[in-house]
Amino acid sequence: MSGAIARCAGSANRIFALIERHAYLMLKSWPRIVSMMYYPTVTMVMWGFVTVYLRPTNNFLTDAPGLFIGAVLLWDVLFRGQLGVSLTFFEEMYSRNLGNLFVSPLRAWELIAGQLSMSMLRTVIGIGGACAFAWLLFHYSIFTLGIPLIAFFVNLIVCGWAIGLAVSGLVLRWGLGAEELAWAAVFLIAPVSGVYYPIGVLPAWLQGIAHGIPTSYVFEGMRAVLLEHVFRTDLFVEALMLNAVYLAAGIGLYLLAIRYAREHGMLLQMGE
Amino acid sequence: MSPSIAAFPHAVIEVRDLRKSYRRVEAVKGVSFAVRRGTTTALLGGNGAGKTTTLSMLLGVLTPTAGTIRILGEPMPERRYSVLPRINFTSPYVDLPKRLTVAENLRVYARLYGVGRPRARVGELAVELDLSDFIDRPYGNLSAGQRTRVSLAKALLNSPEVLLLDEPTASLDPDVGDRMRTLLEGYQKKSGCTMLLASHNMGEVERMCDDVIMLRAGVVVDQGSPGALLERYGRGNMEEVFLDIARERVDPDHGASADGHAEGMVS
Repeated sequence: MSGAIARCAGSANRIFALIERHAYLMLKSWPRIVSMMYYPTVTMVMWGFVTVYLRPTNNFLTDAPGLFIGAVLLWDVLFRGQLGVSLTFFEEMYSRNLGNLFVSPLRAWELIAGQLSMSMLRTVIGIGGACAFAWLLFHYSIFTLGIPLIAFFVNLIVCGWAIGLAVSGLVLRWGLGAEELAWAAVFLIAPVSGVYYPIGVLPAWLQGIAHGIPTSYVFEGMRAVLLEHVFRTDLFVEALMLNAVYLAAGIGLYLLAIRYAREHGMLLQMGE
Repeated sequence: MSPSIAAFPHAVIEVRDLRKSYRRVEAVKGVSFAVRRGTTTALLGGNGAGKTTTLSMLLGVLTPTAGTIRILGEPMPERRYSVLPRINFTSPYVDLPKRLTVAENLRVYARLYGVGRPRARVGELAVELDLSDFIDRPYGNLSAGQRTRVSLAKALLNSPEVLLLDEPTASLDPDVGDRMRTLLEGYQKKSGCTMLLASHNMGEVERMCDDVIMLRAGVVVDQGSPGALLERYGRGNMEEVFLDIARERVDPDHGASADGHAEGMVS
């Protein structure tokens, strides 16, 4: 029993070390913090003014003025969540630090836990800033979504983690030449996620794809809360189940890439 | 080859028939050796001889194609998480995060190695390795010599029982190189640590090493103490021995170098 407790304490200490390492980097650089909030805030402001422009002539926006702003903020939970995982990993590659990490007692799952923790921190900072500006500029609070906001947040960030881990694995396998994937990967699923429109407007074949993407259930669920004032548990559960599969696949791909790197001697050589 | 693994029943590092192949290239071809507790052993060889590949396999960052490794009595890489907290590694080719200060880097690695009271341990090492003047400067702003000392501090954080060193004094001026060697010798004397180092500096090998393992094209071609090798090859220094072996100037079957110096190798 005491052995198990010591092992857990050791793991927590190593995960904390990774968080500490990235927190040192992040918190001592105000441009880094600003850049985390910059994109979510700018896109939120743009969609805020679209709402202001369309609201007088649009019933949907009259009934639910936060439809676009809420959507853009939630979309950024996914994007920041994914970037947080990928960029935390890339940072180790940029600094040629992977070799030192992999010869330390750090386990692969602890590395993953550290990446996910940093992703959560980056997402909260990035989206927190945009939420503050949404309140200041448009008097819109994402918290008006109520308790369902937690369900949407969890599903989106977990989907972001799954994509982020898969991207980290691909970059570990193919090097920093594949880094662009980190910025582009999420946008592949944007059209079928129904961020700003219902899935029903998509052609039938794209709807089929959308039903395999967890984010489509989240945004349908968000519209149900805003327009119909109901929380669709069925959509939440479907997103959750799909996310479990996606996360398992993301972790699996990442672990396979680590194994490949170990077999091919890439861990001591990785870097810019 | 002498000394054989059987000669060291209490070896801290035991390697048997270690092999590593990458598609068509066999980088390490059945290497076997043992390193005795509390000694320093050099892994020598020209570029591409298999030194770094062997060290990487010992560290668990490269999976062997075949063969066995035991470090501190535990099989690697199967029991890597029992072994890694007790060993450490330094190489000029692996960096620490450049934007973190020296103190921040060392505190992070102290936690990763499960060091109790990380701040106190970092403070101790700062004094021992004379890091105090630049402890709060970003690692990326340091000179090569300062970075090497910081890397060594990182390697000593967990008071390792085994230290693997990949060219620990590469690119250092003679003064800093000498200080590094003195630090390593001091640590070994104090702790009884076992050290395995890959080096191209033959003066360093003669000064620090109890045993030498010579690699060529992924094969151990000779091993012994520096004194024994000097005698066997009839040379005045290890650099000449290195050149004899690297340039295949010795016929291992007949024991004579091309220029007639060596008496022959013991196989």
